[in-house]
Amino acid sequence: MKEELIVSGRMNQLIDPHLHIWHWQISLYLFLGGMAAGILAIAALYFIRGREKDYRTAVRITPFLAPVLLVVGLIALFIDLRHKMYFWQLYTNIRLQSPMSWGAWTLMVITPVSFIWSALHIRDVFPKWDWKYKWIYDLETFFNRFKMTLAWVMLIYAIILGIYTGILLSAFNARPLWNTSILGPLFLASGLSAGAAATLLLSKDKAERKQFARIDLVLIGIELFLIIHMFMGFLASTQVQIEAAKLFLGGPYTMSFWIFVVILGMLIPALLEIMELGKFHIPVLVPAVLVIFGSLMLRFIIVYAGQVSRWLY
Amino acid sequence: MRYAMAVDTRKCVGCSDCVVACQTENNVPHGFCREWVVEVMDGTYPQLEMEIRSERCNHCVNAPCVRCCPTGASHIVEGGIVLVEHNDCIGCGACMASCPYDARYPHPSGYVDKCTFCAHRLKNGLSPACVAVCPTKCLYFGDLDDLNSDVSIVLKKRKSKTLIPEAGTNPQLYFLI
Repeated sequence: MKEELIVSGRMNQLIDPHLHIWHWQISLYLFLGGMAAGILAIAALYFIRGREKDYRTAVRITPFLAPVLLVVGLIALFIDLRHKMYFWQLYTNIRLQSPMSWGAWTLMVITPVSFIWSALHIRDVFPKWDWKYKWIYDLETFFNRFKMTLAWVMLIYAIILGIYTGILLSAFNARPLWNTSILGPLFLASGLSAGAAATLLLSKDKAERKQFARIDLVLIGIELFLIIHMFMGFLASTQVQIEAAKLFLGGPYTMSFWIFVVILGMLIPALLEIMELGKFHIPVLVPAVLVIFGSLMLRFIIVYAGQVSRWLY
Repeated sequence: MRYAMAVDTRKCVGCSDCVVACQTENNVPHGFCREWVVEVMDGTYPQLEMEIRSERCNHCVNAPCVRCCPTGASHIVEGGIVLVEHNDCIGCGACMASCPYDARYPHPSGYVDKCTFCAHRLKNGLSPACVAVCPTKCLYFGDLDDLNSDVSIVLKKRKSKTLIPEAGTNPQLYFLI
């Protein structure tokens, strides 16, 4: 039997007995950022493909959520910082090796772009809206002229934002649960799925709703595949990763992960969406809210469980 | 220059003098520590084996904390010492999440703090506080590039190990076994 004890005493706040420096702020931000990325990527993609007329909600209405989600997410990130007054240091440095630096700069681009995108559609969605000043109208004309470029920028940066929220965690070799490259695509798929669910929730057009139920269904399929793949990878890896997987396979996070994320967040909405695509009619509110809830729970559980998983020596 | 430390697990008695010396020398806030002592008991009575290790930041060559830092506050200086520039640190926590040794802690003032190998003492030709104070002289410190330094000599003579070398960090805290 091997027993290890810290005999000198050590109870560093937020570090011992196991790491717990990241709380709801980071989890919430990863979710909001992912969902905003999903919404913007879908909007940009359909605009570029010229399907704006068919999917008006996805291209013009749902993106109004994105700036709100991003701003709330940024506030959460700011609350999380412990040396707050020095936050500007993020923007005096570009560090290519640090995913967090990538994220900070990506947010610097995508947040204004999401505001511009919403502003371009505000007169379409709210016909009575008046910009009041002529220069704002001039600005609107200017951005409308370059809308295709804007859409491409938005698509690329939205995908970077969606993937980076996962890579941020997977770059930490010290936390075996996070240290899997599956996390990037998984968070991207989950963000896109939440984004599609937002359109499903807001759309009043039957054809559009059907299309987004279909998209969501495909994304849920991809997520399930990635989750299975992640566990296969863990179980075929080193002892520390096998133990990380065990947190979800009998360990303390088993119930919350499989019930909230997989069953409530993926399987039930998938079933309901299949029913919707078939002959039954169900209120779309239910699968859409469940998908968004599952996406939020995924971030919370991965962030918290990851901090429990560790190297043993 | 490549600073490194060797800890003799056979000579260390676990008195924690190094821990207190570090806290005093570096004004470590109450309730925190930059270094600590681990006691490992292996086997069943009467066949017992014990290993005592005085642990601190490993000043890794491939330091994940430096890689993850979004502002460059965590950096490596001459001699391979990993330091945190307090006024560049935003307190995001990335470095603490990235350290497999959990060697960093959030200072109550907001920035992240850790072992510095007593860089301020090295400048004046002194050894780190923990090394200077050790009553059993089980801590060896010096420059690995200098073949006549204490640490080079003892690492040549004795068998040693590092902690979690499989994490790929290339730690520079050696344990003599």
